[in-house]
Amino acid sequence: MIRHHLSDSLLTGYSTGSLPEAFSLLVATHVSLCDECRARLEAQDAVGGAVLDSCDGAAMSDSSFAATLALLGGASPEREAREPVEGVFPAPLRDYVGGDADAVRWRPVGGGVRQAILPTAKGASARLLYIPAGTAVPDHGHTGTELTLVLSGAFEDATDHFGPGDVEIADEDLEHTPVAALGEPCICLAVTDAPLRFNGLIPRLLQPFLKI
Amino acid sequence: MTKSFGSFDPLAASLRIRSMLQELAIPGTLPLPIAALMGRAERHEDKGRHDVTADDDNAKAVTWMLAVARDADQQAFASLFARFAPRVKAFLIKSGATPSLAEDCAQDVMATVWRKAGQFDPTRASVATWIFTIARNRRIDILRRDRRPEPQDLPWGPEPEPDQLDAMVLQQDTERLSAALAALPDNQRALIERAYFGDLSHGEIARLTGLPLGTIKSRIRLALEKLRQTMT
Ligand SMILES: [Zn+2]
Repeated sequence: MIRHHLSDSLLTGYSTGSLPEAFSLLVATHVSLCDECRARLEAQDAVGGAVLDSCDGAAMSDSSFAATLALLGGASPEREAREPVEGVFPAPLRDYVGGDADAVRWRPVGGGVRQAILPTAKGASARLLYIPAGTAVPDHGHTGTELTLVLSGAFEDATDHFGPGDVEIADEDLEHTPVAALGEPCICLAVTDAPLRFNGLIPRLLQPFLKI
Repeated sequence: MTKSFGSFDPLAASLRIRSMLQELAIPGTLPLPIAALMGRAERHEDKGRHDVTADDDNAKAVTWMLAVARDADQQAFASLFARFAPRVKAFLIKSGATPSLAEDCAQDVMATVWRKAGQFDPTRASVATWIFTIARNRRIDILRRDRRPEPQDLPWGPEPEPDQLDAMVLQQDTERLSAALAALPDNQRALIERAYFGDLSHGEIARLTGLPLGTIKSRIRLALEKLRQTMT
């Protein structure tokens, strides 16, 4: 049961196409898991539909319909049988990992914690974190906005519990120390619009020079 | 949570209409085809009856989409093209594309409309909404050159025969949403339009509030639930 959802402004940002790619990845992954946010997103898209519909059209060239048919090359509309995909990661995340959870190329960052940085456009970054049960989530100070989506396991802070599908939205003001719940490791997707920090591996001073 | 437009609650009203129609119906005749409802609305100038139908343009667009999806109907596609390609082109120009790039992209978008027609679900979106999402993704592709992660498709649905009444009330909700947006003060509406043309930063978007989305969200939520139930 998902208890922590996306904010309205994240959904509007995703619907209008103005979020950085890393944030869009997290939104698309949560929506894949959450019907409530899928409905909220599709409602936002309806505003886009209304805006599109209210546009005064710009005349297309005379040959445009024929050109479009030529693009289609006589193909019929696709008939794909959709099959439920089994796995830990929803499809948008699998696209970035290049496979499911077992395909992640983890790198240790100390204390048993592992991470894998996912390739996204600049402006924000995305990484997967693997946190052993009972271990504190590393270096959790924020300089920008950080969103954390739990994929498996759970983490807890002083006030709350975040299980699979839950999103924690943390801005610079949030000071807390989340800890992976006991029992199983916590795997989560974390995205931030601040430069990534590393726990101990690279001196802080070098951070401004690393364009990740 | 359902926001109402003034004292009128569209969700409750259309649920009432729905149960009225079901009471009137002889078993086996529901769902009423949208085309039939639409035809009726065209033939009769009777206002009371007109209230029950979705806006004619929306309903026509839905029948065209379904004709493309089911029968690869080129005539229906030509009608969709005439209605939406110029709007997509205008949308892309307002998003910063040159007219010639916008023309090419509008053709791409309409080609995608044909190819993916089977994914259109009239119980969850109007045709304009569905085409908007395709046009938006194309814009991100072209103008930002970013990848666009999309949510995983639902493994079930859309239904090959979407529930006509569900489709109709969703189209009505879309109409009401359009009307509510049109009724906003000019500066507020202009801000929303700029957001959808991709012209606002995320910080500016965070300050956009009060979009009247409660009703349509509830309806889509019900449609998703229904799709899940049909599967299990
Ligand atoms: Zn959610």
